[in-house]
Order: sequence, then C-alpha cells, then structure tokens
Amino acid sequence: MEKRTPLVLTVPQPGARPGETPDFSWMDVPAAGSVRRPPVDADQSEIRDLAFTLIRVLDDEGRAVGPWAPDLPDEALLTGLRHMLTLRAYDARMLTAQRQSKTSFYMQHVGEEAISCAFSQVLDAGDMNYPYYRQAGLLIGRDYPLIKMVNQIYSNTGDPNKGRQVPVCYSSLEHGFFSHSANLGTQCTQAVGWAMASAIMGDTKIAAFWIGDGATAEGDFPTSLLFASTYNAPVIINVVNNQWAISTFQGIARGGSDTFAARGHGYGIPSLRVDGNDYLAVFAAGKWAAERARLNLGPTLIEYVTYRGGAHSTTDDPSAYRPASEVSAWPLGEPIARFKQYLIAKGIWSEERHTQAEAEILAEVIAVQKEAEAIGTLHSGDRPSVSTMFEDVYAEMPPHLVRQRQQMGF
Amino acid sequence: MVQMTMVEAIRNALDVAMGRDDRVVVFGQDVGYFGGVFRCTVGLQQKYGKTRCFDTPISEQGIVGTAIGMASYGIKPVAEIQFADYVYPAYDQIVSEAARMRYRSAGDAICPIVVRMPTGGGILGGLTHSQSPEALFTHIPGLKVVIPSNPQDAKGLLLQAIEEPDPVIFLEPKRIYNGPFDGHHDRPVKPWKAHPLSEVDPGYYTTPFGKAAIHREGSAVTVLAYGTMVHVCEAAAEESGVDAEVIDLRTLLPLDLDTIVQSVKKTGRCAVVHEATLTSGFGAELAALVQAECFYHLEAPVTRICGWDTPYPYVHEWSYFPGPARVAAALTEIMEA
Repeated sequence: MEKRTPLVLTVPQPGARPGETPDFSWMDVPAAGSVRRPPVDADQSEIRDLAFTLIRVLDDEGRAVGPWAPDLPDEALLTGLRHMLTLRAYDARMLTAQRQSKTSFYMQHVGEEAISCAFSQVLDAGDMNYPYYRQAGLLIGRDYPLIKMVNQIYSNTGDPNKGRQVPVCYSSLEHGFFSHSANLGTQCTQAVGWAMASAIMGDTKIAAFWIGDGATAEGDFPTSLLFASTYNAPVIINVVNNQWAISTFQGIARGGSDTFAARGHGYGIPSLRVDGNDYLAVFAAGKWAAERARLNLGPTLIEYVTYRGGAHSTTDDPSAYRPASEVSAWPLGEPIARFKQYLIAKGIWSEERHTQAEAEILAEVIAVQKEAEAIGTLHSGDRPSVSTMFEDVYAEMPPHLVRQRQQMGF
Repeated sequence: MVQMTMVEAIRNALDVAMGRDDRVVVFGQDVGYFGGVFRCTVGLQQKYGKTRCFDTPISEQGIVGTAIGMASYGIKPVAEIQFADYVYPAYDQIVSEAARMRYRSAGDAICPIVVRMPTGGGILGGLTHSQSPEALFTHIPGLKVVIPSNPQDAKGLLLQAIEEPDPVIFLEPKRIYNGPFDGHHDRPVKPWKAHPLSEVDPGYYTTPFGKAAIHREGSAVTVLAYGTMVHVCEAAAEESGVDAEVIDLRTLLPLDLDTIVQSVKKTGRCAVVHEATLTSGFGAELAALVQAECFYHLEAPVTRICGWDTPYPYVHEWSYFPGPARVAAALTEIMEA
C-alpha cells in the first residue's frame, strides 16, 4: 500500500498577537482614484475585479480623485463631517458614562464613523436599514433625536424601548432603522424579505442590511445572498470588515476566500470592496448600489474595509488579543482626519474651525446627556414602571400575563 | 484539594480531560487564543496546541455540526456556544441530528458530544444574554441535560459529560461563574472562596449523572432547584425561617426521581424554582412527576416560582428574576396551605 502523508488541520492565525509587530503587509492598497467605476447596469461577470480591489476616493494629499469621486455640495460635505464628529463625541461621552455606572454597557464606533455616517445619506426616507450594533451613524445622519439615543443607553423613562433591550439596540422604523435584536446575522434575510415585499407591491422602496465580518459566518448571511439573488431583491448588502470579531481575526470568518466581497460572486451578485475609512468612497459605492436597486437591477454586496479602533464593547480589553499599536499601523488611516484634510484642502474648512466645531459638538452632546440624566440613568432617577415588563409580549395581554402582573402587585 | 471558582473548575476539567485523552478537542467562538469571553478555556491552546483548542467562525450550527462529525469519527469534541441565547441556529443539528443519531441508525452511528453554554441572567444581559433554555433540551429525547451549581460539581459533571456515550447539553449558570450568588443583587458580591463546594480535587474524578444532591437538609418543604437557584433557595430558606430541604438536581436528564420522591414523602410539600419562564418550563415536568408519585403524601399543591412569561427584560431583570424574597414568600405560603 502506498505511504500517505499525515493530514494536518489548518487553523488560520492573525498577522500579530500582543507582543508581536503589527503586520498589514498582506493588504494591497491601490492608489485612490485608480479603480474603474462601471455603469450600474454592468453585468456581474464583467466587474468581478471590483471585489478584489479597494475603491478609494481620498488620496494622501486630501484630494478627491478618480471616477468614484462624488459630486457633493459643500454643505453636504460639512454636514457629513458634523455627523462623524457627533458620533465620535457621543461615543466618548457614553463610554465615560458606562465607566461611571450610568449604564452597564456600551459599544463605540471609533475608526468606523465614515461608514454609517456616509451611508446615512444614501437611502431615502421610507427605505429601510437593518443594522447591527455599530451603525449609530445611520440614526445621527437621519437627524434622529440624540436625546432618545442617550435615553436608550440609560434605560430611563425616555427610552423608546422601555428599558427592555441592552444599550445600543436602538429602534426607529420611522428613521429607516429597524429594531436590532443583538443576535447575530438574523437581520440579513429579514432585510431581503422587506425588499422583496417592496417589489411584490410594486413600490419604489429599497432596503439595506449590515453585518460584521465575523457574523457573516452565520448561516443567515449566505442564505440572504441566495434569496436576494434568486428574487433580484432591491437590497444592499453591507459587510463591515473591521478586522476583529472580539478576539477572533477576520481570517476565521473569511476562510480561504480572498475577500468578503467575493462572497457575492457565488450568487451572481455584483460586489464592491471599498475603503471604509474614506467617507466619499463609502457614499459613492452606496449610491451606485442604491441606483442599481432602484432601477430593478437587484442586489449589490459592498465590503467596507476598516479597523475597529476600540474594544469590541465595554466588556473586553483588546490588548489581551491584539497588539495595542496595530491601530496606528492600519494602512487606511483614520476617517475623520482624512475627511478633514480633504475639506481643508478644498478650502471650505480649517484647523481652527475644526477645533471650534469639535468643542461645539461636544458641548451639544453634553447638554443632551444632562437632559437625559435629569430623567434618569440605569441606577438612579426615573425608569419605566415594572408593570411595563408585561406589555408588548403580545398585542393584547393574555389572561396568564394579566394574572402574573397582578401577582407582582399591578 | 484546591479552591476554585466555577470558571476555574470548568477550565481545570477541560485541562484534565485533554491531558488524559488526546482525542478531546475544545472549540468555539473566542475560545482559542483569548480563552473564551468568560475565560473558561484560558491557557488550553497554549498547552495543547492550536488544533486541539481553537477559535471557530461565528456559526453555532457550524460549531455543533462539525462537533457531530468529529464525534462520528471517534474523537471527543467539547464545543462552546458563547451564550445559551445564541444556540438557536444550532438547534436543528442538536435536535434532528445529535439527539436522534443513535436511534435512527439503531446504534450504527452515535453522537457523544458535549455542548457547553453559559445560561441564565443576572448580569444585565437583557433579552439575548440571559435566557435559560433548558426545557428546550429536556423536551428532546436523546439528549442529556446538566446544570451544575458549584465548582466541585461543575468539574465532576463536565468530566462525566465527556465520558458519556450520548450528546450532553452542559448549561453553565453564568451568574455563579465567580461566586455563589444568592439573589441579593444589592449586596456585595460573595466570592467562591470560603464556600465549601469550591474545594476541588485537582485530579481526575467524575460526578455521576442522575444523582441529585441534598444541598440543605430540612423537614418542612422540599424545594427542587438547579444552577443559580440552588443558592437563592438556600437563602430563602434561611430568611423565611421555613425549614426547607433544598435539592440540587444537578442533571435534569437523567433525573434523580428517587431522591425527589423520598424527600417529598418526608416533607409533604414541594416547591419548584427555576429562572426560566414558567409556562412549559422544566418545573411543569417536576410538578407533574411529584403529584403523580407523591399525591397521597402531599399536604399542599406543588408550587412553582419561576421567571415570568415575558422575554428577560434588561432594566427590570431583578423584577423578572425569582429572587429570595419571592421564593421565601412562596415557602411561607405553602406552609400555610
């Protein structure tokens, strides 16, 4: 009998662990403006290269270059910056509030602000996002009242969710932000179903869903690609690849595939890979996908390549599983700094105005935070009545719950 | 004997199992380099290598499905689901495959897997980090269901689970990972050290399935509990002045009916306590068994003190949680019946 080689199990490893030197040499970063922008009705088979590159608009000198550079009025650009600064200030305040025990838990966006803030300008009123936990920019960008967000974090009587959900699980269908459950991946197929319903009814609304690199491993994700493909659903599939799923690097969820964008190809879905730290590239790619959806050209998958600048949440310490210096070695820079540089180069912004805006926005966020704290925080002040615990389990409270509520004294 | 927390006892059990049998493999989300979000697998990858303790993609169905395949090959997978609340994508693999494989093949194919998962609330986990889904598993023929209440049992039961010839759902009450929580959330956290059941034999031993422990002897009423609730019921007995006999079931399937019946025949009263929602909870099964087996010895109806029939609310978790005050009130009431 022939002698056979013993088999070996492969377990992918990240570029670096604590104590090692960060290594992003595997990342190919094409020059800004170098990637072509095909027409939205291009056949999927002709644009497969776009899943293996990086669509970038902002170059190192702060210029917007190439075919993907969007034509946005100055006012929209400054509003975009304002959204990102608001999100960053909000994150900083809520993180501190968690450390002060005003809430039990928080998840910040640092380093990923461009993605949800830019995309918030892509969909229209009436369209629907199915988010996960790191897309608060979608709410901020749609002028959702910040006070409601803080109230949700504090679980006080102003919390629209009546204190039932853990912090950051916002819900405002009115603002195109579907209720987030905190389970992973479940939103994918639901968004496709929402988009299918729009098509079934002959409506003009489109949907988008959001998922992180790690959660693409859930079966819901590939299943959603299949349904979107089969029914040509008007949906945008947003994969945020921030390199880390808690302690697990993205290679574990990606497997042998080169990119997450390439996942779309098996289903015939046009797929783009985008610099997620580039506000203009995110906006342009989102618009391209939205136009396809609106023209009945079906789904688009977009992978946003970014880096999670902070911890996964307030429950983990990233220095236990990745080098602390990795964030500074990240080759795509920092989204707010890059956008600021662009606005200054364009002559519509300055360092002085930026510093002033940061201070103003922080003051606004603090004012809202104080307003929320006047209502209550997790452990003090007004919280929703205990009797509300029994509401909304069903549209109409069944007898056994009425009985249980009475047992509690209500 | 070595003093250990639940986390340390579970880790030690895995360490001992991996050390004595190189077919034991441990995997799940964040369990490799990082050692698990609750730290139960810290150091195992370093000690036994990357192919015996490793991270998986975030796919519960993938984790359980591959565990089943490994068991079919003949190795011993111990899979971790990060929170019991996340197990549902794996439910088909557990229910339709793991639980029935022996039956459908008349023993040709078997499925000795262990699926560990943190269960229960009390950590401000809200709807999706607090659930107690044990009844979803006890309802399935072919599964064994374990819920330890202390470090000593956690280690012995986990080592026994790894020896079992059939699939084991191993539920770890996360609120008592680091201390014997008695439900008084407003009091300082008690550590495991100083608790007698935190004295753990560092070597190999197993705790048999289907053998309940009488956690507190008493004569007035039998209280059936498991996991965190064992400690809550102990506190309720002390605080109510009702001399309750608290039985720690340890394994729900197989169930130690003899110990239960013996105790109820002695006390004439029975209360069942669990954190999971009341309706169709495991308490319903226990109450039915007790009335069937002890009907003529009962001096009061069997009562259940459980989580309300709502999702586990975040801000009101202590109103949902069947704490010592609610249990004590029920014990007082059952004595008056």
